[in-house]
Amino acid sequence: MSVEAPEFVILPEPEEGNHGIKEAARRKLSSPWAVLVVAIITILWTIPTVGLLITSFRPAADAQNTGWWTFFRNPAVTFSNYAEVITGGSTTATGIMPYFFNSFAIAIPAAIFPLVLASMAAYAIAWVPFRGAIWIFFGIFALQVVPLQMALLPLLQMFNLGWSIGDIPIFPDLNKPGSNQSLLAGTYIPLWIAHTMFALPLAIFLLHNFMAQLPRDLMEAARVDGAGHFLIFRKIVLPLSIPAIASFAIFQFLWVWNDLLVAITFAGGTPNVAPITSYLASLKGSYGAQLHLTTAGAFIAIIVPLIVFFSLQRFFVRGLLAGSVKG
Amino acid sequence: MIALKRRRGAAVLAGGVAAFMLLAACSSDSSTEESATEETATEETATEETATEEATADVAAGCEPYAQYLGNEGASVSIFTSILPPEQGLFEQAWSQFESCTGIDIVYEASDQFEAQLPTRIAGGNAPDIAFIPQPGLLAKLVADGGPVPAPEGTVANVDQYWNPAWKTYGTVDGTFYAAPLGSNMKSFVWYSPKVFADKGYTVPTTWDELWALSDQMVADGVKPWCGGLESGGATGWPSTDWLEQIMLRMYGGEVYDKWVNHELLFDSPEVTAAMDVLAGWMKNPEYVNGGFGDVQTLATVGFQDAGAPILAGECGMLQQASFYANFWGNFQEGATVGADGDAFAFYLPAIDDSVAPQPVVGGGEFVTAFADRPEVAAVQAYLASPEFATSKVALGTWVSANSGVPLDAYADGSIDQLSAQYLTDLTGTFRFDASDLMPAAVGAGAMWTQMTAWFAEDKPTAEVLKAIDAAWPAS
Repeated sequence: MSVEAPEFVILPEPEEGNHGIKEAARRKLSSPWAVLVVAIITILWTIPTVGLLITSFRPAADAQNTGWWTFFRNPAVTFSNYAEVITGGSTTATGIMPYFFNSFAIAIPAAIFPLVLASMAAYAIAWVPFRGAIWIFFGIFALQVVPLQMALLPLLQMFNLGWSIGDIPIFPDLNKPGSNQSLLAGTYIPLWIAHTMFALPLAIFLLHNFMAQLPRDLMEAARVDGAGHFLIFRKIVLPLSIPAIASFAIFQFLWVWNDLLVAITFAGGTPNVAPITSYLASLKGSYGAQLHLTTAGAFIAIIVPLIVFFSLQRFFVRGLLAGSVKG
Repeated sequence: MIALKRRRGAAVLAGGVAAFMLLAACSSDSSTEESATEETATEETATEETATEEATADVAAGCEPYAQYLGNEGASVSIFTSILPPEQGLFEQAWSQFESCTGIDIVYEASDQFEAQLPTRIAGGNAPDIAFIPQPGLLAKLVADGGPVPAPEGTVANVDQYWNPAWKTYGTVDGTFYAAPLGSNMKSFVWYSPKVFADKGYTVPTTWDELWALSDQMVADGVKPWCGGLESGGATGWPSTDWLEQIMLRMYGGEVYDKWVNHELLFDSPEVTAAMDVLAGWMKNPEYVNGGFGDVQTLATVGFQDAGAPILAGECGMLQQASFYANFWGNFQEGATVGADGDAFAFYLPAIDDSVAPQPVVGGGEFVTAFADRPEVAAVQAYLASPEFATSKVALGTWVSANSGVPLDAYADGSIDQLSAQYLTDLTGTFRFDASDLMPAAVGAGAMWTQMTAWFAEDKPTAEVLKAIDAAWPAS
């Protein structure tokens, strides 16, 4: 049994009936009516985005006073909105760039940490036989119903004031001496921890379902060859789980990139930690009068999710089928 | 083979851990630096007196006004506010000299979710050093939950010396003074078009009676004298609460107004009913309202930010709105100027009876509340309450301070800001804070808006409106 070249994925043979259903679905979905419906929905869903894009190129006064659709009668294009958002101009001291960097510094670790933890946990629950595995799995699954908003305040208190049960410290009090600021305040660490925690239940659930479907024969053969759990995990399970891992990585990265609530709760809005979403929220101004800047900023922020999605799209589509029957 | 692979696996793992630690180190770099400097700062303040004396001896050129704040070099003070860019930049510009002279770094942070975020941060043990709180009601709530620290001596001295005494009461909770006022806005204004007034030969009224004589004259000239708009999304109705507040303060004076705010005087009382009758003769008068838009019912559907448009066109005579309305005229007509001989300007809504309430002014503003009692926080707090800060901020425009230590010529000459300051800094006038911002949110940001809107739009009877607002007052 070779475990050297795990490039190919061993999948169960497609069943005949399943194949027939798929064919029928394909025929139905490619009928002219279906295409028309899809086209209409696509156009409807794209219109607001087009409006944003057009507004982002309109001069401030136009964007303020007339709807974006009047652009076609009175086309005036300016790049000054983008210039102001990027350099800061008269609006902010720093411009968008520090926030852009912060978003990466938050989102990349916040996507990697849960994946590392969750893939190991999922393997253990799926392939390491131990008592109570099923209950742990149900427990993790059940945790998904806890809304993350409920955990925000306790978690914030834990980071800033420490946490102890009775006299036993569970999490140390990290306040700087002579100040009411925690050592963690103004760093990315609370955000990484928070995002990792909020991501774990779904990550473990998804990866477990995928890994549990890998063929038992493969594991047993490796075991016979003398491989331990860590080697099996590294050389067999991880490579075979790439579609599921990649799709969850995209999912988590986009969720963290677009997150505002967790970010403003744990990091605040200062340029040394706040992500791009926090900057966008402040761009509209006290009187809500800077629509032209908000739209330009939004399009700068959109670039990264677009690149991520299009470059990893094939994983995403494959990963959506994670846990379902493949044919 | 397997051993080799295991080692490779371990190397990958080790690499991952190293990368993680590197990232962690990068991000915590600045904070460890900060904490280090802060420790030295606290050491310094332990010997504060000697340090200050030494410092005053060799104050850098141009830093003389800041001598009293020295001794906190290297400290940092975080400020959390709801004031977003571009106004944020003006604040940073205004205190930049203070920062470079005192060595205190002011970290400004703004959020449009300020009202929700501030209590969360305080409860989470992550309170900012200073917050600019726009509602005295929120301040009182925060004090009740614990968090704000009483104002330091320097702040108290500045507020006692430079502000109308009423301002201090709004920063005071249960007899303890917490928060000094910062910016202010003036709500007792009537906007008009100086050009139209000049064409028609109208003069700006200076008494209550002249105001109605002018309104009647406009009616005789075939123009509806008043326009207004109550629509403001979820806050629809708020402009009408301002109208009622103006009348309440003018008819009964500050003490009755305070009782009204505290619900010691019910809405369903002869006093408030009489004030509503006056309002009915003004903004609900079909002869007077709604110039440029239609009948009285249109008040509810016209956006407050659109309400002034007919004034420039001469289809409406006057609009009662706050000083911040200066920002909107450019939207109605490109290049519209705000000034005594421009396209739009404002005059003071006259007093009804000077013996009841001399120069009544309804206004609003933010309050500088501290959540830490470190010496550098106290220094920033005192500085923000000083005439020096207010003067440097005023010079940057579009901002008004009620600090009477700011010379009126610090404002652009003939600007609406200068006119606002003239009334706000008068220490003998009757200043009162916007009542709806002081009342519980269920009333001031709820029932009062909806019921007043119903009063205008559906002609709901006055008694029913007032009873409904009283019913919404939370029991306590």
